[in-house]
Amino acid sequence: MSRIRISLLAALFLCVFSRPLFSATNEFLSVQVKQGQMRSTPSFLGSITATLAYGDKVELIEDKGAWKMVAIRKIKGWMHMSALTTQTIALQAGKADVKTGATSSELALAGKGFNAKVEAEFKKKNKNIDYNTVDRMEALAIKPGQMQAFLKQGQVNSPEGAVP
Amino acid sequence: MKREIFVLCLLLPAVLLFSGCQAMLTGTVKATTQAEKAGVIRPSTAQSITKSTTAVSKSIEEFTPEQEYYIGRSVAAVILTKYPPFTNQPANEYLNLLGQTLAQVSDMPEIFRGYRFLVLNSNEINAFATPGGHIFITRGLLRCCRNEDAVAAILAHEIGHIQLKHGIQAIKKARVTDAMNTIATESVRVLAPNEVDKFTETFGGAIADITNMIHNGYSRSFEYGADDAAQTILRRLGYDPNGLVEMLMVMEKNLKPGEAGFAKTHPAPQDRIDEIQRKLGVKYSPVPTPRERQVRFMKAVGKI
Repeated sequence: MSRIRISLLAALFLCVFSRPLFSATNEFLSVQVKQGQMRSTPSFLGSITATLAYGDKVELIEDKGAWKMVAIRKIKGWMHMSALTTQTIALQAGKADVKTGATSSELALAGKGFNAKVEAEFKKKNKNIDYNTVDRMEALAIKPGQMQAFLKQGQVNSPEGAVP
Repeated sequence: MKREIFVLCLLLPAVLLFSGCQAMLTGTVKATTQAEKAGVIRPSTAQSITKSTTAVSKSIEEFTPEQEYYIGRSVAAVILTKYPPFTNQPANEYLNLLGQTLAQVSDMPEIFRGYRFLVLNSNEINAFATPGGHIFITRGLLRCCRNEDAVAAILAHEIGHIQLKHGIQAIKKARVTDAMNTIATESVRVLAPNEVDKFTETFGGAIADITNMIHNGYSRSFEYGADDAAQTILRRLGYDPNGLVEMLMVMEKNLKPGEAGFAKTHPAPQDRIDEIQRKLGVKYSPVPTPRERQVRFMKAVGKI
C-alpha cells in the first residue's frame, strides 16, 4: 500500500471517527435555565456543589439516565438533564466559550424569541394585565436548606432518603 | 490503485462538507443577509433563501425554557386579571415550601426561573399552571383539602401539567411555525420594527391559545396524565398518593353542578378516583398524618 493511500485512508478515518470529539451536540451541553444546579451525586439526594449560569457551556463526561456528569472550569458534578440542552448555545460576550460557540455554528438562541422586549411590547398593548403580582410571586424562592427543614419537621420521609 | 486514490480524494472533501453542513446553514443565512444589504441580491430573493435555509434547520424545534418562561409570565398576568391574589403571606409561603420541594423530585425539576405558587382569592374550585412554572390554586380548591398530603397532590398535579408541556401544546401549530421562523431569523440578525410588531402579535396569540385552553379545560387524557405524574412525584418525596384520592372525595361533595372551574374543566372526581385506582393500582386507605404536619397545614391553609 503506498504512503499516499495510507495517508488518505488515515485522514478519512480521522474525519469520520473524530467528529464527536469536536461536535458540540455530542460532547458539550449548554445550561438552559437561569441557574443550573450541579450536585455531588446523580440524584437530588446529592448536595449542591456549584450553581452554573444560563449559557454556561459544560463538557459531558458521563451519562446516567436523566443525570449527566459534566465539567466546566475544572469543576465536575452531576446535573439534571432538564437544566441542559444540546440544541442551543448562548454566546455571552466576554466569556471563553464565545469562540467555541461561534465556530460550532449553532444558533445563538439565548435572549431570542419571546423575551423581555416582546413582553414589554405586549404590555404596552395590554395595560390592564397584572405583571406586578407575577413579579412578587417570582420573588418567593425557597432555599434547599428550608426544604430539608420543612421535610424533617413534617416527617416526610422519601423512600430514596433525604431530599433534596 | 490510482482509481482508489481518486475515490478517496473525492470522499474526503465530501466527509468534510457533511461535517460542516450545520456551519453552512448558518453561513448561508448570514451571507444572504449581507448580500441583500450590499444590494447584490433582491430582498425577495434573500427572503426566499433565508426561508429555505430556515425550513431545513433542525436547530430550532421547540421553545426554549427561557421562551416558555416569558410565555408563562404573560399567561400568569392574564389569569391575575380574572382572579385576584390572596395576599396571605403564611399561606403563600407554605404553598411555595411544599410546591418547590415537590418540583425537585419531578421529571422536570429545573425550569428557567423555577416553580412558583400563589393562592387566588376565589371561592371557585380551580387551579392553573403556566408553561413558565407559575402555579395558582384557589381558596375554593384548598378548602377541599383535609391535610398536607391532599395539598401536595394538587400541586403535584399542576407540576405534572408543566412537566408534560400541556400548556405549550395548546398553541396553534401555525403560530408555532411563525414563531420558530422569526426566532431563526432573529438568531442571525436584528428584527425590523414591523417584524417585532408581527412577532408581538404571535406572542399575544400564543398567550390567548393557552389561557383559552386553561379556562376551557385540558383534554381528559391530559388530566389523567397529570394525575399519573402527581402519583409519581408524591411517592418519590414520601407523601401518600391517597392524598389525591381524599382531596377528590371532598371535591365531589363541594362541587356544585354547572358552576365554573373544575366542574366544567375536569373529569368528574369519581371518574378520576376510579382511573387512579384502576390504572395506578392505588387502593384507598385513610392518609395517616403526623401531628406536626397537620398542625402546620391547619395553621397555614386549614381555615382558608
